[in-house]
Amino acid sequence: MNARYDHIVIGAGHNGLVCAFHLARRGRTVLVVEAGGEPGGAAVTREFAPGFKVSAAAHLLDALPDELLRDMQLERHGLSFAGRRLATCALSPDRAPLRFASAGLAGASSSDTAAFESFRQQMDRHAKVLDRLLDMVPFRLDLATWRERLDAVRLAWDIRRLGRRDMRELLRIAGMNAHDLLTEHFESDLLKGALAWDATLGAEHGPRAPGTVLTLLHRWALRARSRSNGIAQPAGGMGAVTGAMARAAGAAGAQIRTGARVERILVDADRACGVRLRSGETIHGGSVVSNVDPKTTLLKLLGPEHLETDVVRRTAHFRSKGLVARLHLALDAAPVFRGLDAADLGGRLLVSPSLQYLELAFNPSKYREVPAEPAMEITVPTVNDPGLAPAGRHVMSINLMFVPYDLGFDPQGAHNALMRDSMAVLERHAPGLGQKVVASELLTPADLEREFGMTGGHWHHGALSYDQFFFTRPLPGAAQYAMPVTGLYLCGAGCHPGGGVSGLAGRLAALTILKETGRADVREGGAGRQGDARA
Amino acid sequence: MHAHSNERPHYQRPLLTTPFFERSRFLVQTDAFIPWSGYTIPDVYSSVEQEYFAIRNSSSVFDLTPMIKYRIGGPDAERYLNRLVTRDVARLKPGRVAYAVWCNEFGHLIDDGTLFRFGPREFHLCTAERQLDWLLDSAIGFEVEVEEVTDRIAALALQGPTSCAVLKSLGLAGVETLKVFEIGRFRLGGHALTVSRTGFTGDLGYELWIAPDGALDLWDRLMDAGRSRGIRAIGYQALEMARIEAGFVLPNVDFISAARTIRLGRETTPLEMDMEWLLDFDKGHFNGRRALLKERRSGSRRRLLGIEIAGNKPARGALIYDSARASRQVGEVTSALWSPTCKRNIALAMIDAPYFTALEEFWVDIYLNRELRWERRVERARVVPRPFFAPERRKATPPLDR
Repeated sequence: MNARYDHIVIGAGHNGLVCAFHLARRGRTVLVVEAGGEPGGAAVTREFAPGFKVSAAAHLLDALPDELLRDMQLERHGLSFAGRRLATCALSPDRAPLRFASAGLAGASSSDTAAFESFRQQMDRHAKVLDRLLDMVPFRLDLATWRERLDAVRLAWDIRRLGRRDMRELLRIAGMNAHDLLTEHFESDLLKGALAWDATLGAEHGPRAPGTVLTLLHRWALRARSRSNGIAQPAGGMGAVTGAMARAAGAAGAQIRTGARVERILVDADRACGVRLRSGETIHGGSVVSNVDPKTTLLKLLGPEHLETDVVRRTAHFRSKGLVARLHLALDAAPVFRGLDAADLGGRLLVSPSLQYLELAFNPSKYREVPAEPAMEITVPTVNDPGLAPAGRHVMSINLMFVPYDLGFDPQGAHNALMRDSMAVLERHAPGLGQKVVASELLTPADLEREFGMTGGHWHHGALSYDQFFFTRPLPGAAQYAMPVTGLYLCGAGCHPGGGVSGLAGRLAALTILKETGRADVREGGAGRQGDARA
Repeated sequence: MHAHSNERPHYQRPLLTTPFFERSRFLVQTDAFIPWSGYTIPDVYSSVEQEYFAIRNSSSVFDLTPMIKYRIGGPDAERYLNRLVTRDVARLKPGRVAYAVWCNEFGHLIDDGTLFRFGPREFHLCTAERQLDWLLDSAIGFEVEVEEVTDRIAALALQGPTSCAVLKSLGLAGVETLKVFEIGRFRLGGHALTVSRTGFTGDLGYELWIAPDGALDLWDRLMDAGRSRGIRAIGYQALEMARIEAGFVLPNVDFISAARTIRLGRETTPLEMDMEWLLDFDKGHFNGRRALLKERRSGSRRRLLGIEIAGNKPARGALIYDSARASRQVGEVTSALWSPTCKRNIALAMIDAPYFTALEEFWVDIYLNRELRWERRVERARVVPRPFFAPERRKATPPLDR
């Protein structure tokens, strides 16, 4: 079969674009097919009301590695930052906010301030171990190759090098829950609640669930990658980031086709050989790389008939129900938060005033109910980037937790209740906000699934938890980007190292693909890597 | 606690009886019943030898009801089964039956069975073990219905050289035209009767499938029609003898289902079971295909072979050695029998690599209990083709009138 392209990438999300960039840069012919009208996937800027724009899913850029910025020359391709090193304010209904900035923690008791400093340093040291994982194709437990053995030894060495005290502490806390860890360190509810936000975002549990410390460490390690910019706000919203990535991939030689929805991955002689679009058009490629979530890729685009029953069962069990909803508000004036000054408003605002608050916000989701008092991560992007709204007006972009995918018998009722209750919580912190709202949009995980095609509406394509991490992400035996069908790869957040606009999964996938598919092999459609059942 | 048996929890209830129990209970002289898939069935009616010779010389009736039966239907049934089993189901025509095996992702055998195709979207899968969980997991992503119908169908195996004549005298018009693995639909005494030319004896024979309320009527008519043709109800032991002569394998005797193994390495692949003829690598993906392709390239760890052993002492459970000194073990016997029809001492044997190709002769270590005294014989054995017994009447269509 004559392959028109060496590689076809399904989905122009950030990982798909990063993957396409690395493949094209090495001289491969790459076509990226994107179902949406513009590149970006879920990392796009969305006009939710006439003249009012927000980032549709992730609204802050806190994990984009400096290396990626440099490699792809994103700033040359049009990316600029409206805000860098943004501070975080933890809001409380009855006391002054806490402020986290590069300079340190402000507003906490002296003992908490000191404890935070030592906690931060300890987390930094622990995160270094995870940091190596972020650039590592997960090894298989049988360590069949020298490369894998070397990686395992390096990892063990990293842990050992922590020294006895830190190593013991890391091994102690790695499976722990955030609630207990934070309670060991701090006295302030507000501080604990704010830190627990990072431990539960993208997980599937409240802060009392085991494994939430791992989520916190993971985010800590990811944030460390954004060395120069910290928590940043891209000018023009997230669409500007993926827009720059698309231009970088294009400059490297990749072609991008938008408005082209893939309906089926084509398989010939147990080898992925192309895609069929909804229009009926077929495109042949030497290999197919999917930035789509693992469930959709394997069960819908590829089809279970090409997979082992065991693999299908594991894929079906991949936990991928999101718990984060998006609330977008169009405001006719700047919001005024109690206790915040104008400079604070451009940062990241957390409504997660205690561990108990966060746990109670989680509990209803177990029963397919929405929380009466949701936890929130709020930004007012127009403070740093006025162009996102008409002159003098503002938008507010909010992550809401914990909103279940399945809203029970009355989804519309739940939707309305969530909207009403979210506004009540906001009103508590920003009195008079409701009067300023001229338009709003609430996207629950089910809406996000419909809008962006992510199974379960999970931005990370699947919960980031201990059993869906590293060599078990997305599936044991298929965690090395290559899927069981030869010539099919995953490159999205469903793979290691998971979600966050970091492009890390896309890069690791590209490195794997480059290694596994020599050009000669691609041209001749040779046998290539044989699928195997090694777990 | 209620006295009525159905009110007891399932683990305190006795085994189920099949719709033929009323008749078999009346005929069994030895009280030898054995459990099979939650049912009780006769192990021996009166004499194993006489029952065995009914299979080979006249007609035998075996109650097959406890065989696990699944109905598989729906628009994706063929696609679903093609991923499940190793053979190409697209080539199985409606009205035909195929022997099939299925594996897990490592190419390890889960079970074997017979696949009946009644129509483009309608199948029955008859298996040794219950495995609805596997069949349902395999159905994820397919538009297919899978349900167990074991207790909705009463089944008898009618096997032996006079079996076709018995069916003809029941008035099943045209039954003699059924080819091996073909399915026929008939009516008998107001009941729909399905007849398939299939069996587990390697002889001329049929399997009869009927709704439970027609079961006793079928039994009585068969026994009446077969009286002059030496018909006899047989138990499990006689069938087991014929099974070995036919060279058929039995799960958990000749191989362990991968769903049951506990020890690593006890799983068995179809290539090890000498079933390469059942593997269609060209039909597209099926469960275990990638692992089996790899095994075909790199070689199997062992292989099941038919062997013939000197002497007449059955080699049940015997270890196999590479020399008469019996020092290096190279395999073991899985099933063994002194074959009354072949007059040969036969066995199925699992031989390790590389000996299954390297050696032509083996030595079998047989232990005999002779009036409470154990004796040991190390007998010479050689590889022989399977089936050990394959009469022409098995395939002749129409079968000779006897």
